[in-house]
Amino acid sequence: MKSSLKKEKHPMEKLLRMDRIPHIWCPGCGIGNAVSAFAEAVQKLNYDLDELCVVSGIGCTGRAAGYIKTDSFHTTHGRGIAYATGVKLGNPELKVVVISGDGDLSAIGGNHLIHAARRNIDITVICVNNFIYAMTGGQVAPTTPNPAYTTTSPFGNFEAPVNIPRVVEAAGAVYVARWTALHMRRMKESIIEALNKPGFSFVEVIAPCAMYYSRINRLGDGLNMMKFYYDNSVIKHGEPTENLDIGYQEEIIIGKFIDRERPTFSESLKSWKEEHGKGGEGDEE
Amino acid sequence: MKTADKSVLRGKHTLSGFEACAEGALSAGCRFLGYYPIRPAFDIIKRFTVRSLEGDAVFVQMEDEISALAVVLGASWTGKKSMTVTSGPGLSQMMEHIGLGVMLETPCVIVDIQRDGTSLGLPCSPGGGDVMQARWGSHGDYEMIALSPNSPEEMFELTVKAFNLSEKFRTPVMILSDAAVGKEKGEINIPDPEDIEIQDRKYYKGKKDKYLPFKYDEKDLIPPMVDVGQGTRFHVTGLTHDERGYPVMTDTCQEWNVHRLVQKIRLFTDQIIEVEESGTEDADIVVVSYGAASIDALRAVKQARDEGIKAGHLRLVTVWPFPEKRVYELAQNIDAFVVAEINYGQIALEVERCGRGEAENFFVHHSSFDLGKSSDILKSIKKARGKKK
Repeated sequence: MKSSLKKEKHPMEKLLRMDRIPHIWCPGCGIGNAVSAFAEAVQKLNYDLDELCVVSGIGCTGRAAGYIKTDSFHTTHGRGIAYATGVKLGNPELKVVVISGDGDLSAIGGNHLIHAARRNIDITVICVNNFIYAMTGGQVAPTTPNPAYTTTSPFGNFEAPVNIPRVVEAAGAVYVARWTALHMRRMKESIIEALNKPGFSFVEVIAPCAMYYSRINRLGDGLNMMKFYYDNSVIKHGEPTENLDIGYQEEIIIGKFIDRERPTFSESLKSWKEEHGKGGEGDEE
Repeated sequence: MKTADKSVLRGKHTLSGFEACAEGALSAGCRFLGYYPIRPAFDIIKRFTVRSLEGDAVFVQMEDEISALAVVLGASWTGKKSMTVTSGPGLSQMMEHIGLGVMLETPCVIVDIQRDGTSLGLPCSPGGGDVMQARWGSHGDYEMIALSPNSPEEMFELTVKAFNLSEKFRTPVMILSDAAVGKEKGEINIPDPEDIEIQDRKYYKGKKDKYLPFKYDEKDLIPPMVDVGQGTRFHVTGLTHDERGYPVMTDTCQEWNVHRLVQKIRLFTDQIIEVEESGTEDADIVVVSYGAASIDALRAVKQARDEGIKAGHLRLVTVWPFPEKRVYELAQNIDAFVVAEINYGQIALEVERCGRGEAENFFVHHSSFDLGKSSDILKSIKKARGKKK
């Protein structure tokens, strides 16, 4: 029987690798929302997509680079920012974005996160935080709230979770914002601001992991977690980042927290060269 | 090559091995250095950063050696010839990205100024204990190209060669040197840039939307490359991938992918391997060595000849791939090999393996404190005399 359904094109077809769809993310997962918000932001900015490069590390969010139709790299666990730094410094004309997960960026890649922010490398980092190592089997992460349950904290996590916005602010990021996967429009606007900001910009996206985090903590499915975000997120622009700790099923403060100016790494290197460069002959004997 | 670039030297210069390495990199077209400071490799970094003031080269000091190589791989994909410089403990950290560099077929040069280990070892003492790590350090199957200079002049030449090989074979290439060669000073005659043979990577020239990052040429097994930003919108992954660069988690794809990565070096070893020989034509005993130890080995061979012993010398300019064929040929015609290296016997095992039992094998631990002397090697030659199997 011939289908009467009209075959419509995906609205983001230009930006997505449709030959890789369906993606690997689970039903109820929030990573797709972050990728959609990014795609919408890029579309709104009307970028030349040939000059945009997306880099990811490993894990569920690490697969994002593979679905976005720009030059893109799926690299090693935690090193997406370091790799992206090379791409940016190799060709400063490029717009370089890192999309990766909380385990990737704040644990194994924590050092690179701090130092890229300190150097003020002109890249945008979108960190999808689902409070857990998902792809490897739901282990406790540096972001797991205390005392949430995970496969490796069966009696509840006893460690203090990292407050990533506070870390990147302290390190020197020029733009820091946090939204949940529910706040699509605001997330998109933040990504636009971050992309427009010269220097190290950081957007955290709190996202449900319906497979491991919500199930083991008996929080329902992805939709239930989104409902929780709807009921318990509070927008507080400019809130001091020291107040942004995330507790277990407690109120989540979201908004834009940092928006400031600092010279980027490339600007500083250029000034240094102009100040000290001889511009003359090499050191011929 | 832009001859007007002030960062490329020409003419005669007295340079240390470290300085010659930095100059060789600039002459080869290297315009990006990512590094983490470490002794004794730091003098190369110092030279490169200062000289970058006179040209368009970029450098960045990263937070560790893991990111130092990551940044080099990223920069290489923008079309910049890129290098990192380290010593043993740093090389250990770089292994993760050597694997990624191999898998993404990313040209770059890794200079390892070996120091005495294990662990932190003797930071400023010349070592030779990284040769097996250089070959096998990263996980999985791959081939490594590694060169071992023994003079400042060669530091220059082999750095240029390392870039050429890495561009040609689209893979990371290593220079295995040490502080003895690095600190040594020598006069280097740097040719005009137009007279230096420079190999650049093979670029894709087809339609932008038809680019497949790992579709290789049947002749050389090397896929043509593009730079980030050229509009081909490629995706590449460190996972096992197909010719599109997309992950494919099957044995068939693993075989298709990794088999070629190995074969693109193995099938062309004759083009890569370089050795130096002296007195091997009629030798009963052949001393095998590389790097700083080879200077003392050559001296010991000459002393042995003076004493009427038919000794010869085989120097590995290319340590990896290993000159298997040549070692086996020699093994069939000599009594014994003497392998002198600044470790407790790493390449000695390769010589033994490749000799296939045709010759006796003697190992001499030429310690970093023995450098400049040849007595221990001569002693081993005498010990090996008449030990025909």
